[in-house]
This record gives sequence, structure tokens and C-alpha cells, in this order.
Amino acid sequence: MKKQENKYVSTTNACKLCKPLGACLAFKGIEGAVPFLHGSQGCATYMRRYIISHFNEPMDIASSSLGEKHAVFGGAANLKKGLKNVCRKFSPSMIGVATTCLTETIGDDVPMILREYRSGIAQQGDPAPFLVNVSTPSYSGTHMEGFHEAVKAVVEQLAEGGEPLDFINLFPGFVSPADIRHLYEIVSDFSLECTILPDYSDTLDGPAMREYERIPQGGTPVSAIKEMGRALGSIEFGRNLKTMVTAGEFLKSRFGVVNRRIGTPIGLRETDAFFTALEEISGIPAPQKYMMERARLIDSFVDCHKYVFGKRAVVYGEEDLVTGLTSFLTEIGIQPVLCASGSKGGAFQESIKEVTEGILTDDPDVRDDADFYDIAIDVESMQPDIMVGHSKGYPLARKLGIPLIRVGFPIHDRIGGQRIVHIGYRGAQNLLDTIVNAIIEKKQDDSSVGYSYM
Amino acid sequence: MASAIFKEREKQVYLKGSRPFDLECEKESLAGAVSQRACVFCGSRVVLYPIADALHLVHGPVGCAVYTWDIRGALSSGPELHRLSFSTDLQEKDVIFGGEKKLYSALVELIDRHAPKAAFVYSTCIVGIIGDDLEAICRRVSEEKNIPVIPVQSEGFKGNKRAGYNAACRALFRLVGEGSTEGISPYSVNILGDFNLAGELWIIRDYFKRMGVQVVANITGDGRVDDIRRAHGAALNLVQCSGATMDLAVMMKEKYGTPVMRVSYFGIEDMAEALYGIARFFKEPSIMERTQQLVREELSALYPELQRYRKALSGKKAAIYVGGAFKAFSLVKAFRHLGMKVVMVGSQTGTQEDYRELEAITDDGTIIVDDSNPLELSAFLQEKEVDIFVGGVKERPIAYKLGVGFCDHNHERKEALEGFVGMLNFAKEVYSSVMSPVWRFVPKNSQGMLDGLSSHKEKILRCVS
Repeated sequence: MKKQENKYVSTTNACKLCKPLGACLAFKGIEGAVPFLHGSQGCATYMRRYIISHFNEPMDIASSSLGEKHAVFGGAANLKKGLKNVCRKFSPSMIGVATTCLTETIGDDVPMILREYRSGIAQQGDPAPFLVNVSTPSYSGTHMEGFHEAVKAVVEQLAEGGEPLDFINLFPGFVSPADIRHLYEIVSDFSLECTILPDYSDTLDGPAMREYERIPQGGTPVSAIKEMGRALGSIEFGRNLKTMVTAGEFLKSRFGVVNRRIGTPIGLRETDAFFTALEEISGIPAPQKYMMERARLIDSFVDCHKYVFGKRAVVYGEEDLVTGLTSFLTEIGIQPVLCASGSKGGAFQESIKEVTEGILTDDPDVRDDADFYDIAIDVESMQPDIMVGHSKGYPLARKLGIPLIRVGFPIHDRIGGQRIVHIGYRGAQNLLDTIVNAIIEKKQDDSSVGYSYM
Repeated sequence: MASAIFKEREKQVYLKGSRPFDLECEKESLAGAVSQRACVFCGSRVVLYPIADALHLVHGPVGCAVYTWDIRGALSSGPELHRLSFSTDLQEKDVIFGGEKKLYSALVELIDRHAPKAAFVYSTCIVGIIGDDLEAICRRVSEEKNIPVIPVQSEGFKGNKRAGYNAACRALFRLVGEGSTEGISPYSVNILGDFNLAGELWIIRDYFKRMGVQVVANITGDGRVDDIRRAHGAALNLVQCSGATMDLAVMMKEKYGTPVMRVSYFGIEDMAEALYGIARFFKEPSIMERTQQLVREELSALYPELQRYRKALSGKKAAIYVGGAFKAFSLVKAFRHLGMKVVMVGSQTGTQEDYRELEAITDDGTIIVDDSNPLELSAFLQEKEVDIFVGGVKERPIAYKLGVGFCDHNHERKEALEGFVGMLNFAKEVYSSVMSPVWRFVPKNSQGMLDGLSSHKEKILRCVS
């Protein structure tokens, strides 16, 4: 596997976001929860704006709105005041408090401040929401670390043990609202009961409303999270989680809940692995509906194979998304020439190797800790035909004159990012059709003939 | 509505006619209130952003740079260095041992790579805490690379967006006075506080050209470092978006004696008044003649078109929530031209003076609000039965969720809204949202199917028993 070291000091057009943003997304997937950033006002506003531009949904993130005097004397008073205000106006069931670079560096002891706040509330006899805190200094890790650590913090601080109950936990990672809905459908078709954490499928892709909901309906109920320590087992998606202590791993070590880690089910083989896991857990074979989806997918693999074979792709984004996409592209005969991520998790090379080995003859160039300057630097010599990733790759795709297949987050220059299905056989079908049509369209548009048959 | 307003914020909301005018503003945002405001860094970044041949390096963790990457629709007629996002991407070890070395290396690397005319280095929260000496690093690189390298003191927590505007103005002021003023006409201006969103500044520059007025520097839309360096040679500073750039105009007046005129290029009266004001200032009859002709030509083309929209939009209700209050004045007047009624108007960073002006030009019953939040804004939209809301990205989903039309009047807009043609575009924008057939299907206007939408939490959880 080729590996290019990052030669640059500066970062240009980053291919990653900051850690607290991921935490806010994860908190948004809990029923009745309000994400809360302990830091200066700008962080919350910038992240809200960034997230809104993808989901087209209200995205309230409260802030302790620290000013200069708080930076000097500590932010405890403002944090408590902010929590109180959120409780008064939003009546949340949970507040997820994430730190920022400012509050991490001035050394605010958030767990202690929350304890003080709780005991103050208890004395007044007011109902109190659950308070979960996660440490997310922006200078250490990306939005994905923030996301996974927030999920773990929620489980660590809320889950309880007890007699096993008849359900499973599912930790899907950062997938789309449509992906989460599809997961519920799959799991329920296996007659399994399941708690998915986080579940922002309604909160970040909600219906038109008559009244403004202070906290949108939906999300994983806190009561279900409390029971996660009593599940029959957990499934977590992400080959790149190897270097982390995840929520699934925590439940295993704390409560003995078996944790099954599989790749994010993008493409045929990774989805097969997911269905195999579900068959083993449920003891029933995959429902006919999915076997038909799978068979149609393979049928369309055949229909499409000539249009895509040997085409060269640049894939970028979060490590687990890129790994899944690379696995899928490899299956249909597309050569991933560059697999890049802004993360630096440590397992990326190995993950890409796992999903391409035995099919690909030429190893892709795999780069972590990459920005779009790194991605662009040798890309012309790689002669890619398509790029697969989020909207921020558009300037490069435009320069290269090749189609950009928009997936993942953020999709700021198209409608419907929240509705893209990436996972399962259905997701693979969707990706296949999109990619093949983009390639055909490019050929058609570039042709002087104007042909109207494929 | 009352239940949506925090007790601490009650004095930041005023209902015109309900009591003698009295509105608190310029306060720190209330913790936990989900303010729509950003921070000091944001204020500096948006002002300096459009200077297209400068390097803009954000010194801090990656977030501050990445959330402001290509964020504005500020167009350039030439270089586009401003559209790239540069960061020192500080890591834990930099926070512990200091980020100066990394900043120095990053600056040298980027200046060598892009050969900019100048570099701006923005400090972020963390830099204010770890105490990197930006001034010293910038001075050193400036000497080594022989270009201005200017620190922008924009630590996020040191005030609000307005403090950021001030930091940007102080950074700009370091450039002014460095260039030659040769060849500058006595009938010349600098354009301050226009950011060339969707090419708006080019519309305004065209008007000035037709009037016979020279533009020395655009500050900062389609901005160039060398133009700003000779900006002190202009006869007049035109200040739009006064919150953002008035500080620079005041500094230039003190040091170079450049007179200042406040203008707005939005709406018919304000646009015309800006042009006439300039013509009056220069006391040159031929300029005034050309201005009169220009306004006549533009208006005769605009009016008939506008009447069509006015007919459709008459009587509709509008709400406005914008960053700076000055823009809101013009919007109130623009809506009046369309026969529409403004029922709510607010801003993130308005001053006493701004809100007094708003109070003066709005009708009784209008809500005037400072530093609002989604809870309040959604309550106002419902209470006032608003047809169209004008705001930015963060306001849009509030309107849409409730089935209310929306007009983007923010920094990433793709439609030019300045100038006489901008008024027409604005009318089209408003019309194309208000008149859409989709509103008849939204819950507030439809009975039946959507009311039957069951609680969507019945989905799957524990579905098999």
C-alpha cells in the first residue's frame, strides 16, 4: 500500500471539521436533547450554520457565550447560567455539553461544574435533565473523533446494567438520516428489537410543521440508552475504530455486552457481512425482500460493468465512509487511485487493504491527515475519471473537468444530502446508478455525436 | 409569544407604539439563549475576506478556517486567493509548546507558494490564551518576504462581531497610506462596506463611472492590496454597512482628513440618494447632470417592471432579521415600495442609534428586536402571520419549517440586490418565494392528510412483541 507523508506545515482547504461539531451531531440524535457548547458564541453559530446548510433543518446549539472575563476567571458561572436557561426554555430530557479549544485550555473542570449544577438543582427541587459531557478540544482529533467520543460519553454516563433484555444495540457512526431509517427497516424485518445510537433521522430530516418544535421530535430515547448495558449484543460500524475505545467496547468491558464490529455496510460485501451478523443474531435467514434487492443489485452490476470498468476514482472524506466506498468501487471494477481522509486514526491503510485485497491489482494511494492541497497535488497524473466525496471537493472536480459524485457530509451545493441512502443493498444500488449515470452523462456531453442510446 | 422570550432579554424586544421607545442592545449574548450571533473572529474575517490578492491565514485549530472557507459570495474580477482556506491547524503539542514556530513556517510556506500582495494572520480564541506573539512573527516574515504581513487581533471571545469589525479596520489602516496617490482625480471615492456579493459592487462602480467619479479602492469587495495602500488619496469615503467599516473611515478622517459619507445601495430612495449625495459633495455641475440622467434612465426602466410585482405582493407581511441594522433601514423602505408591511425587524449587532432609526421608520405594532434567537423568531413569525422572512442561512430553516417564505439577504447570496437593478432582483426574489404554490400544502394552510401524520416515533423501536 502506497503511503504519502504529509510534507506541508500549513493546511489548505481542510478535509475535516473540528471535534465539537461531531459531538453536536451525535447529541442531536438523542430524544429531547439539546447540544451545548462550552466556549465562545462563535463556535456554536458557525457549526449551526455549517450543519444547516447540509440538512436544511433548524439546528439549535446552545452556548455558554464566554467573553473575555470568563476566559480569565473561568467559565463555570456562564455554563451554569446557560444550562439553566436551556432548561427553562427547552425543557430538555438531556443536555449534551461539549467543550471547545477555549474551555479546554483555560482548564474548566466541566464534570465538576455539572456536579455542582446538579446538586444546586436538587436543592431547589426542580426537575433536571440528564447532563452528559464530552471533552472535545478542537486541536485534538476531527469531527469524527468528536462524534464517536460523544456517543461513548452518552453510553458511559447513562447506560446501566441488569438482567439482559431481548434487543440489540446498533452504533452506525456518521451516516445519513435516510441510512438510519433504512437500518431500522432492515433490523425490524429481522424481527429484532434494536436501539440505534445516535438517531437523528427525524431531528435532522423532519416533517413540515404547524408549530415550531423547540426540540424536534425523534431521537434515541434516554430510557433506551439507559438499557443499552442489558442488550444481547452490539453491532458497530467502522473498520477504522480499531484505535479507539468506542461505545460498543465500553459496553463490552463494563457490562459484558458482546460487541461485533463490522465495516460500514456500503457495497455488496460489507452489506453481506451486516446481513450475516443479523442472521446469526436473530437466528433467521435474511428476508426475501433483501435477497431480491441483493439479486437485483448483482444483476445491475452486470448491466453496468462495461461503463465503469477501469475507470479511476478519487475518494475522500471520513475514513469509514471512504473505506466503504472504496470497497464498493473495487467490486464494480472501478480503480480507486487515491483514498484520502483528513483524519489520522491510524487504521486507514489497513482498512483500505482489507477491502481491496484480492480484487484490486493496483493498490491505491492512501493518505490520512490530508487536505485538498495534498489531494490536488498529484491528482492530475493519476488521471481520475470521477471524484467521490462531499461538496468541498467540487473546486477540484471542476478544475479537472470530471464528475463529482456527492456523498456523505457536507453537501452544501445540492439538495437532498440528508436523503442519500449509502448503506445496504439499496444504498449500493443508489450509488451504482448515480455513478454509472454520471460517467455516461460525461461521455454523452463530451461527444460530438449527441447519441441517444447508451 | 411572551413565553418564547427570556426574562433577561425582555428589554431587548420592543413593540412599537406599546410604550415610549426603549430598547437595550450592545450586550453580551445570554448564555443558553442560542443567539444567532457569531464572534470577534467572524467579524474580522467577513470584512477582510474579499481582499482577493491577499493571503488569509487563520492561526488556530482547523474549525475556524474550515467554517469560513469560501463562505461569502464575494466575487473577484481577478485573483481568487481569498476563496482558499488556510489554517495553521494547531494540534495539542502546539497548544502546549506554543504555535509561533508553526505559524512562522506556515506563513513562509504559503507566501512562497502563492506570492500574495499581503498576508493577514487571524488570531483565534486559543491564540489569545496561549499568548503567541503574532506581532513579532508577522514583523519577521514581513521583513523576510518584503510584503505587509498584518496580524488581526480577532480572538473569538474578546467581544462580539463588532469588535471583530474594529480589529479588521485596524488591520486595514496599516495598509492605507503606503502607496502612491499619483493620478487620482479630485472627483474620487473609496467604496467602504461593500463586499461585492454576487457582483453588486460592479453595478455601483458602473454608476460612478457614468457619473464621472473615479473609484480608488474597493474596501473590501473585489479588493486589492495596492488599491487599499493608496486609498488615502481619494477625495471621499463612502461608507455602507457602517458597523463593519466606519471605524476605518474615522481613522482615515483623523489622519488624512478624508471626509465620510454614509450611504446605502439598497432600495430606490437610498440608492438614488447615495448618488445625488456624491454629486452634491463634488459641487461639479456636470457630475450632477450625469447623475440626474442616470437616475432617470434607471428608474424609467425599473418602475414599470416593479409595478407588476407590487400588484401581486401588495398587503403581504414581511419580517427582517439581519446582521447589521443599517441594511434593515433600506429593507423596510424597499418593502414599502412593494406595497408590503414590515411587522418585525431585528439585527444581531444594532446600536441605540440604529434602533431609534428603525423605530422612526416602522409602523405601530412592529416588533423591533436585538440579538434574537430561533425561539423568539419562530414565535414572531407565527404571531405576526408573516408571508416572507428576510435573513441569512441560520434564519432560513425557521421560516421553512413553519411554512413561511424566505429571501436570502446574506453573505452567500447569488443574486445581486444592490443598485436599481438590485431592487428589481429583490422584488423577484420576494415574489418567487411568496407566490409559490407550495405554501398551500404546508400544515398551517392545509387540513386533512398532514394532520393525520402520526407521531413519527412509532417507527420501529421495540416493534416486535
